Amino acid sequence: MNDQSITYREALKTAISEAMRSDERVFLMGEDVGNYGGCYAVSKGLSDEFGADRVIDTPLSESGFVGAGIGAAMGGMRPIVEVMTVNFSLLALDQIVNNAATLRHMSGNQIGIPLVIRMATGAGKQLAAQHSHSLENWYAHVPGIKVLVPSTVADARYMLAMALADPDPVILFEHVMLYNESAAIPAPKDCPDMHQAVVRKSGNDISLITYGGSLSKTLEAAKELDSHGISAEVIDLRCLRPLDTHTLYQSVEKTHRVLVVDEGWRTGSLAAEICALIAEDCFWSLDAPPSRICSKEVPIPYPQHLERAATPQVAQVVEAAMKLLNREVPA
Amino acid sequence: MNTDNNKVHMDIAHLKLLFKKMLRIRRFEEKCAELYTQEKIRGFLHLYIGEEAVAVGVMQALSTNDAVFATYREHGHALARGLSMNKVMAEMFGKVTGSSRGRGGSMHIFDVEKRFYGGNAIVAGALPLAVGLALANKMQKKQDVVVCFFGEGAVAEGEFHESLNLAQLWQLPILFVCENNGYAMGTALAISESEQHIFRKAQSYGLKAQAVDGMNVVEVESAATQYCISIKNGDGPCLLECNTYRFRGHSMFDTQLYRESEEIEEWKSKGPIIKLRRWLEANGKLDPAELKTIEDQVEDEINQSVEFAQSSEVENVSDLCFGVYAESKN
Ligand SMILES: Cc1ncc(C[n+]2csc(CCOP(=O)(O)OP(=O)(O)O)c2C)c(N)n1
Repeated sequence: MNDQSITYREALKTAISEAMRSDERVFLMGEDVGNYGGCYAVSKGLSDEFGADRVIDTPLSESGFVGAGIGAAMGGMRPIVEVMTVNFSLLALDQIVNNAATLRHMSGNQIGIPLVIRMATGAGKQLAAQHSHSLENWYAHVPGIKVLVPSTVADARYMLAMALADPDPVILFEHVMLYNESAAIPAPKDCPDMHQAVVRKSGNDISLITYGGSLSKTLEAAKELDSHGISAEVIDLRCLRPLDTHTLYQSVEKTHRVLVVDEGWRTGSLAAEICALIAEDCFWSLDAPPSRICSKEVPIPYPQHLERAATPQVAQVVEAAMKLLNREVPA
Repeated sequence: MNTDNNKVHMDIAHLKLLFKKMLRIRRFEEKCAELYTQEKIRGFLHLYIGEEAVAVGVMQALSTNDAVFATYREHGHALARGLSMNKVMAEMFGKVTGSSRGRGGSMHIFDVEKRFYGGNAIVAGALPLAVGLALANKMQKKQDVVVCFFGEGAVAEGEFHESLNLAQLWQLPILFVCENNGYAMGTALAISESEQHIFRKAQSYGLKAQAVDGMNVVEVESAATQYCISIKNGDGPCLLECNTYRFRGHSMFDTQLYRESEEIEEWKSKGPIIKLRRWLEANGKLDPAELKTIEDQVEDEINQSVEFAQSSEVENVSDLCFGVYAESKN
């Protein structure tokens, strides 16, 4: 790490304060964002700078304050609403799916909802079955909202501004295992548009497609595959809805093999959608069936060994990739 | 304790029992905090330290068939309800001998044999479940009470209001116990509720409701006992607001930027255990030798539970998907 490196958490905070400084319509609200400093300490100190009127501590009323965020966006504000974790966002699912996602269409394009909702997601901290799930795909299923997953510090730094500039509701998912990651930040011009998938490592033999908390595991797997003489390309989706199929297809047409790594449950997963798209649109380029590594079909258990077994791990990715290439899996 | 004419009579032996029950929870959790720093217990750990009088007082009012729902801050409730300390400790360790086979950890302690229904980590998530269990009791003409514990933070959720309305509308045998410790994580009651007397909200739905000193175990027990009698009589649901305080952070991660240490110290000085101990001592009912005996008994039980948890096995990885559906391997 060089001197300029900052954490994912700091990158998010910098992005929020920058947005609040440059646009008076932007405000942050959510549970414990003010006095407590945010449940993952993202907004620590922000209430000192912006005051309790723009860093609003809400009661435990997810449906109420997410809905109020939608209403405030209708009224000309640019709210950033923080929901502690995706599991709790289910209490606000009605507002997000039945209102935020539909108002533009239902009103015949009279109303737009320029709202950003941020929430933590994912397993790895032994928080068990009501705090650890990856439900990004539930939101990615819904037309009318956009779903972003910053999986690098740079994206944490720059994606928020793009989300705020978007005229439609955008949900940002922050994987809990990323907050302490640190890296140097590139110049803003080097951050691709939020709708674009990015090749994080190029390769020729297989495309490993992933997002969020699984990116670092997938990169690690790619490195290991390199040592077995397999050149894997790693693609970070970044935007789960709308999907940048162009980048995906380009890669698959080069490598002819695809493995999707997704922390969501396998059944009905985003990985399933990507495999289906590739099967439909790149069938004649494929040398093997599109394949995926997902979480096991079980609520996330508390003990560390079971939590690990339930979620995608590096060894599984390596093994699945080797199999797709008809290579013997090392013991 | 007996309850002729709905009046609760307490003798010294009973007070000592309450004292020991609270101390047992306190020492258990102090041990858990220590084990957490050693990474034997992981995930989130929410200590109940300071609030013991609420769980102990309310549980005294229950019979074996009454059911209990609690939150993620439920170790004290589990112990007060009579779950074995070994099972609770093993659950904290994630061992297969734990009350939920280690699957739930500190936030999800369940023991249906003791009619202890968790361990719910979605704020206000248990209230509708408790209403439903009370509905089942009523439909089956059972006299049993369902008790649901929750923090004052839960009152802001729609589930609180929906549950109270349903309970009153359907005249269900349920006791809602609001543990008002003044903070939901770092959010003080004053900045989260327009009406800060929780019991008044319940009254507005037509429930019988009152606030009591949640630091006074006797007061909690008396009020809960009276309410349980009324509920069993078929007089409808009740809500008890217990004013209390948590001495520790919300969880082990909390840096407590939102409150002053003087405030914590002030509440500590009127804590439920010290208060009862001082009263017993001042009245010559608890001498140092007896206190030491109690402390030693509690410590022995805790040490044994740690030993049990340490030496227990973890679940096999091959059984990962156990218990997702009824037909899974057991
Ligand atoms: C629906 C939901 N929102 C947010 C959280 C995160 N959270 C866990 S406990 C808590 C505070 C709850 O406070 P209170 O109900 O007063 O109970 P206490 O923790 O003080 O016992 C919060 C915000 C959650 N678990 N569930």
